[in-house]
Amino acid sequence: MSAPAPNSTAPKIMGAEKIKVIVSNIVPLNDLVTRFEFKRTDGTIFPTFSGGAHTMIEMQDGDLKRMNPYSLMSDPAERDTYAISVRRDDHGRGGSLFLHQKVQVGDTMTLSYPVNLFSLDLRARKHLFIAGGIGITPFMAQIKQLNAANGKWELHYSCRSPELGSYVDELTSKHPHSANVYYDDQKQFIDLHTLLDGQPIGTHLYVCGPKGMIDWVRKTAAAAGWPKAHVHHEEFLAPKPGKPFAVRLAKSGLAVEVGAHESLLEAIERLGVEPPYLCRGGACGQCETDVLESDGTFIHRDHWLEDYEHASGTKIMPCVSRFEGKTLVLDR
Amino acid sequence: MSTFHFPESIRSRPVYGRLEARPGKAHLMIADAQGAEAILGLALQVPELMAKTHVIFIPKGTDFGPKLQALSPAQYYEGPSYAAALSRIQRVLSDAAMGLQIYLTGTEGLMGQAQNAAMQAGYDYTAIQTEHRGSLARRMQCVHCKGITEDVILDPFECSHCGLNLFVRDHYSRRIAAFQGVCIDAEDPGNVPPSQEIYS
Repeated sequence: MSAPAPNSTAPKIMGAEKIKVIVSNIVPLNDLVTRFEFKRTDGTIFPTFSGGAHTMIEMQDGDLKRMNPYSLMSDPAERDTYAISVRRDDHGRGGSLFLHQKVQVGDTMTLSYPVNLFSLDLRARKHLFIAGGIGITPFMAQIKQLNAANGKWELHYSCRSPELGSYVDELTSKHPHSANVYYDDQKQFIDLHTLLDGQPIGTHLYVCGPKGMIDWVRKTAAAAGWPKAHVHHEEFLAPKPGKPFAVRLAKSGLAVEVGAHESLLEAIERLGVEPPYLCRGGACGQCETDVLESDGTFIHRDHWLEDYEHASGTKIMPCVSRFEGKTLVLDR
Repeated sequence: MSTFHFPESIRSRPVYGRLEARPGKAHLMIADAQGAEAILGLALQVPELMAKTHVIFIPKGTDFGPKLQALSPAQYYEGPSYAAALSRIQRVLSDAAMGLQIYLTGTEGLMGQAQNAAMQAGYDYTAIQTEHRGSLARRMQCVHCKGITEDVILDPFECSHCGLNLFVRDHYSRRIAAFQGVCIDAEDPGNVPPSQEIYS
């Protein structure tokens, strides 16, 4: 447990515990994707993690403190290094640009303890992985974990082009029979119907990639009679920029203006109020917040709340959702 | 009707639903005794289901067999007991592909054991449909000697292995596919309340 903040009566749970690290290596993989490797500043070993886990990276970008989740893609058995691979998003809020442009080898940074919201179901007889683009990262760690345990897996990895196929060479040279790669620019596509047809009982299906791909895989599997419990997906939403808006926090008696390029959660944290969180990407449900008063339109972007909750105007996930209107009062 | 409304209980106690046709490449229905009625009902609603369905039935003295066969399922097997049917169930499961839908109906003992067989094949138990029909008898494990007594209808009952007087609990084990029976007179041997039928 981290030490409670001064003057607080109860220890606060805000995300996971933190680890100070030094950037030990930066490896550009292609035009868009770069790998960042970290070692602990205190020279000790990292906590173990399971394939599919992510870490939250704190980035001090001028006045703005960002915290973005990235899947750990190093070998879970390798305790002296954590690695992430980051795709540059020129139209995002700037977290990936910050990493790509400002972070250098030797910089110190803060990571959170790993949290896994996309773990392997180890009861599975076989693991079937579907990856799209940078969605390959959690599978890199899961594949290493499964190989160490003699697990059975098969990967179908779709990339835009050979030039942008991160880790394709590593995967296909080490696992020529298990790793299958498809290039959009060569008109190669995953034949999902055929792939799902005839998979042995006890197969678990995992998909990580763009939203369209996740929806397509989940829908196709459901129509083919795959139980929900056998289909796993990970989709972290990055908070999207939007119009600035004002919010009042009833419990703390504070008010703040949420900037165009910051999330509601980040603005709340800027005031020193610390809602719980784990993923900061609309998936884990930790930061769910009650709305006490509102006059305007919610821009719900999470996939945690139910549709009726979105429609009710009484709950918001401040990590990814925004608001446009006159008044917003939250129970924080 | 062979249905019973189970009262609310502890979280460990399995709850059963109503069978419904779900999309799937193949369907496996396992039933004993009055469970046949649930299959007959489902087949009446969705007759085309049966052409892709393998039915495994344990009559336990009932005469539903010919009616089930008349549904013309893709495959039909009738066995004298669950134990006799188990090797076939295991074979069907090991040959099955994802997209198989599993439907279990009849007594709790039958559903629990067939669920266990499906779990061992790697099928998630939450995806298996169940519907209770017929007898309220339970498959009980003595927590003391670990022996299983099938078709227990009285509470308390005498363990068929070690002879202890056992109280019928709602505490259930999916791994063993049995409810737990706990000695009722451990502190005061011989002080055993009269047996009653479960839920009477």
